[in-house]
Amino acid sequence: MNKEKIKITGIDLYYGDFQALKNINMILPQNKITAFIGPSGCGKTTLLKSLNRMNDLISDCRISGEILLDGQNIYENIDVNLLRKRVGMVFQKPNLFPMSIYDNVAYGPRTHGIRSKVMLDEIVEKSLVRAVIWDEVKDRIKKSALSLSGGQQQRICIARALAVEPEVLLMDEPTSALDPVSTSKIEELVLELKNDYTIIIVTHNMQQAVRVSDKTAFFLLGEIVEYRDTESIFSMPEDKRTEDYITGRFG
Amino acid sequence: MKNIFLTAALVTIFAIMLICVFLFANGIPAMKEIGLPEFLLGTDWSPGDVPASFGIYPMILGSISVTLGAVLFGVPIGLLTAVFMAYYCPNGLYKVLKPAVELLAGIPSVVYGFFGLMILVPFVRNLFGGNGNSILTASILLGIMILPTVIGVSESAIRAVPDQYYEGSLALGATHERTVFFTILPAASSGIFTAVVLGIGRAIGETMAVIMVAGNQARMPAGILKGIRTMTANIVLEMGYAADLHRGALIATGVILLLFILFINITFYLLKRRATI
Ligand SMILES: Nc1ncnc2c1ncn2[C@@H]1O[C@H](COP(=O)(O)OP(=O)(O)OP(=O)(O)O)[C@@H](O)[C@H]1O
Ligand SMILES: [Mg+2]
Repeated sequence: MNKEKIKITGIDLYYGDFQALKNINMILPQNKITAFIGPSGCGKTTLLKSLNRMNDLISDCRISGEILLDGQNIYENIDVNLLRKRVGMVFQKPNLFPMSIYDNVAYGPRTHGIRSKVMLDEIVEKSLVRAVIWDEVKDRIKKSALSLSGGQQQRICIARALAVEPEVLLMDEPTSALDPVSTSKIEELVLELKNDYTIIIVTHNMQQAVRVSDKTAFFLLGEIVEYRDTESIFSMPEDKRTEDYITGRFG
Repeated sequence: MKNIFLTAALVTIFAIMLICVFLFANGIPAMKEIGLPEFLLGTDWSPGDVPASFGIYPMILGSISVTLGAVLFGVPIGLLTAVFMAYYCPNGLYKVLKPAVELLAGIPSVVYGFFGLMILVPFVRNLFGGNGNSILTASILLGIMILPTVIGVSESAIRAVPDQYYEGSLALGATHERTVFFTILPAASSGIFTAVVLGIGRAIGETMAVIMVAGNQARMPAGILKGIRTMTANIVLEMGYAADLHRGALIATGVILLLFILFINITFYLLKRRATI
């Protein structure tokens, strides 16, 4: 059960001369939710984007070390597009395309070669149901996705990510722009998805980390200060800096 | 100080009004005398005959056919160039390509006409037969002439598409190509439409270059390898010696041309408004 899904060893990452990640080592277990917490600019997004190689888009970004996905090095001899299919991502700001809800969700499957309308219909519905947004949008699935509320858009983004059937789901502050109701919907959804996916969620909300995650990693200035079971890290932080941060005494 | 700006603005408005008043005051009586249906749909333009005949339908079709032809040539090439410039072009090449495209916009149309006459006309003649002065030749030439407009406007539309769409598509496992053609281009579509509309406006109003390669026969279009006359050409070719009703008919041709341009500009305006909403 507690299989290693992702194994990160000795990752150093530079943006030009600036070192954003310093010797990161961690194991992300399968079918668990791992939370990344830490003050702004400490490298949470950077590490997240290293896991599906979205950092490749940044021209002056250099990375060394090793990241294994099911034992396979993702920075060597791998089809990046296939990697990104396996490791899906939900961004901080909803980033739906200016198309219909249907086309947004069908975008991934179409990209990976599914043409049959019957199959696409099925995938779209299944993904929207999984993202707990189907009932709200089923009557206007051919309407523009951009007409939805922020919380709805974010759940469509999750549906869009699920539609390609990833194994890992990276979520970068998925609720930071949302109201409490939408936030709790997404938290329930994340817990629901845990059975089938390995989830990594970045959050600035301590309660959220406690509510949804199994393990928590606390980042500071590009380093991992502490990485343990969520319960123990929040009840008995080992490091003074972790304690300061989670009790709110830290910038 | 404010008054200087006001005066400048008034001069502009005055110029537009003067042109309209002049065109309509001279053109509308001529249209009335000829008869509007006869003028617009008549297929015979023989100002020298007795009785004279003033049907500009062949010229309307002439203008439309070379404009469509220009769109057919210019838009695909221009759009692909814009995609290349925005998404594929190495920095060094871009520094050459961008000013080159801008220079293309600044070349006087008579120079384009010369190019058409010396290069395109023989080229079409040798390749497809006929005498080379044809709808096809004019279309290719106009297609080249609208390139800077199409490229410039669609490139900025493509660049205006937020990066997050690009990232979002890549994060789903899409390739760079798929992302550009299935996400970025659709997202830029209203700007690209604008580019096409502006290109159409440029093509339909073009005069000098078209005259030099289109053959200018005032007859119904008879095939893409045959010559035609556009509305603009009709005016320029005969204005020098026309008098009385003939002169009025030419000015009335100008009125029709103006209405075409007006229609295109309104379309442009509506597209622009929709894009900003
Ligand atoms: N493209 C980039 N080029 C240069 N530096 C960058 C780039 N992206 C991030 N950085 C720097 O790397 C560091 C880590 O950034 P990152 O976005 O990973 O932080 P974060 O922990 O996600 O912060 P936040 O909580 O504000 O989202 C920051 O100091 C940031 O300024
Ligand atoms: Mg971040």
